[in-house]
Amino acid sequence: MGKKLNDIHSDKKKSTIEVNANYENTYGFNVKSTPVFKAQKGLNEDIVAQISDMKHEPVWMKEFRLRAYKTFLEKPMPTWGGDLSKIDFNNIFYYLKPSNKEEKTWDDVPSEIKETFDRLGIPQAEKEYLAGVKAQFDSEVVYGTLQAELQEQGVIFLGTDDALKKYPHFFEEYFGKIIPPTDNKFAALNSAVWSGGSFVYIPKGVHLKRPLQAYFRINAENMGQFERTLIIVDEGAYAHYVEGCTAPVYSADSLHSAVVEVIVKPGARFRYTTIQNWSNDVYNLVTKRARVEKDGIMEWIDGNLGSRLTMKYPSCFLVGERAHGEVLSIAYAGKGQHQDAGAKMIHIAPNTTSTIISKSVSVHGGRTSYRGKVQVIPAAKNAKSRVECDALILDEDSRSDTYPTMVINEPGANIEHEATVSKIGEEKLFYLMSRGLTEAEAMSLIVSGFIEPIVKELPLEYSLELNRLIELEMEGSVG
Amino acid sequence: MLKVKNLHVNIGDKEILKGVDLEFAPNKVYALMGQNGSGKSTLAQALMGHPQYLVTSGSVVFGGKNLLELDPTSRGREGIFLSFQYPSEIPGVTISSFLRMIYNKSHNTNMTPVNFRKLLKEKMEMLDIKEDFMNRYLNDGFSGGEKKRMEMLQMLVLEPKLAILDETDSGLDIDALNIVAKAVNSLKDQTKMTVLIITHYTRILEHIVPDEVLVMQDGQIVKKGGKELAHELEAKGYAEYAPVVNG
Repeated sequence: MGKKLNDIHSDKKKSTIEVNANYENTYGFNVKSTPVFKAQKGLNEDIVAQISDMKHEPVWMKEFRLRAYKTFLEKPMPTWGGDLSKIDFNNIFYYLKPSNKEEKTWDDVPSEIKETFDRLGIPQAEKEYLAGVKAQFDSEVVYGTLQAELQEQGVIFLGTDDALKKYPHFFEEYFGKIIPPTDNKFAALNSAVWSGGSFVYIPKGVHLKRPLQAYFRINAENMGQFERTLIIVDEGAYAHYVEGCTAPVYSADSLHSAVVEVIVKPGARFRYTTIQNWSNDVYNLVTKRARVEKDGIMEWIDGNLGSRLTMKYPSCFLVGERAHGEVLSIAYAGKGQHQDAGAKMIHIAPNTTSTIISKSVSVHGGRTSYRGKVQVIPAAKNAKSRVECDALILDEDSRSDTYPTMVINEPGANIEHEATVSKIGEEKLFYLMSRGLTEAEAMSLIVSGFIEPIVKELPLEYSLELNRLIELEMEGSVG
Repeated sequence: MLKVKNLHVNIGDKEILKGVDLEFAPNKVYALMGQNGSGKSTLAQALMGHPQYLVTSGSVVFGGKNLLELDPTSRGREGIFLSFQYPSEIPGVTISSFLRMIYNKSHNTNMTPVNFRKLLKEKMEMLDIKEDFMNRYLNDGFSGGEKKRMEMLQMLVLEPKLAILDETDSGLDIDALNIVAKAVNSLKDQTKMTVLIITHYTRILEHIVPDEVLVMQDGQIVKKGGKELAHELEAKGYAEYAPVVNG
């Protein structure tokens, strides 16, 4: 009797590896840390004020936090996107300081923290090709180095708390201006309790050849992570910032709500690459926005794996003539996961251009949504925008949706939107298997190929990691 | 090397192959001819193990192994190669990395990308495929003729024991057909592989000369003969083998 493919495979022992199910072994270690200060769970005005006091912040920042806290209370929970009803704001630590001060050299880093970083491979990566490292441990940056090369060029790459003390004028001018606390409930929350994150300033005309790298991870149960990043790329400068996240396994829900503000000055070019791989219990609600001035170029490259729910829509406000914005994103949703990701492009000046390319993969009941907005105001003559979103659905239980919004008030605008949804067909699998590949190998090849246009834009170590992760996922997908 | 006995194959509820018997010897060329819908491609797909082609009875032994117990992966690894009529497009996967992957698996080795590119270059030259194809995505946006050559390139890389060419000749111009035939003949001489050519035309059989011609009609092999049978078929058509209408 002949056998169908499925019958043959069902003979094998069923195993499922979900996104991040291998965390416990791969990343899910939890080295004990002894925080110097741990705030109580939950949030009120006193805690907000206490966070500011602990950090010895200027009065205006404390007031900014308190105003933002009010806004947070006033703003309703978003009713669109994913299910936020399980977030218990009272069951989260809003501030946790792992050690007394920011470390200057690797030798000064406490050994248990080093152990965590060692297991993440950070020092090696630094040796090899990092221009500078910012590693965030819990809520604050504990270790950072800047190589001489960067300092000579006048580049500032610091933890945000530290930068606020050393360079207050940048903060007075730009902090909270691109993303005001009133933008959304989670931007307000971040504005009230932010801690850590990176500050970057690239002076006029400076071209950084190597990317700036930041690593951070959540490492405390119920720890909210609210980093705040502010990046200013001055006229004609060029830089690439890379961040990647891994998180250990915890049963309680964890909230990650970052704000990233970027200013791209005239003629400057900036690329911000993120690969996030949160564990399955994390809510990842991030607001990222860039203001792009005349002839500036902003590129967001965004990879979202893991998490329980991600809501993230990197945006470009194209305020100067010929400004260009780009978002390339990959989302991967496995069991119990919802990736609600996309992009926003707001064309405010003439001859501005934008591109959004979004690729999503859903498997084992995972759900991906593309949510995007392209807006062209009447003054933005000859604006051009191209949106391409492709979804790959690996099984019948999984789901993908597209929610594009176009607000075009300029008749001369040129807007293209393309969306495809595909499934891995039996024919493709059979074709590849006939060449001697297993079903899992065939599937991972198809998935890797699907996301290749974005993966090829990633730094090498990330693309290797990502492809390896997909191989693991596919091995688990084939029952 | 291959022994097929009383093979019955269904697609859904419909029986397509109704008792096929075949016996192939090593290093021989077989031509399978017959009208559209007679079951030629079904035989090819069933031998490769397509999940939609259900073997309802009969046996297939290949190199001493019961082929019907193997999934397509294992059949491929055992040395069966099917040149698809309509190969799938796999965007994002470069030809060089794909071919290295299947080469390393089939040869149980781990050739480096640099060394593999040298090997691949030779094989591509044999098929007159331009070097820059290495970096293109597998079959993505290829013309019909390009796809056929890519199938042949995969055959050269895999070095199978049995190559089934399912209408590989259709869509190839005379020059391309010559090139493909040369590659098949040279691999056959080198590795003693057996070739099954499924075709409607005698043209390819001028270049890859069959040791035996098989005629399929209504899911059965109805006639076997030497290469002259192919010419006879071309001259007279298949009327002689029209299905017998009962009643």
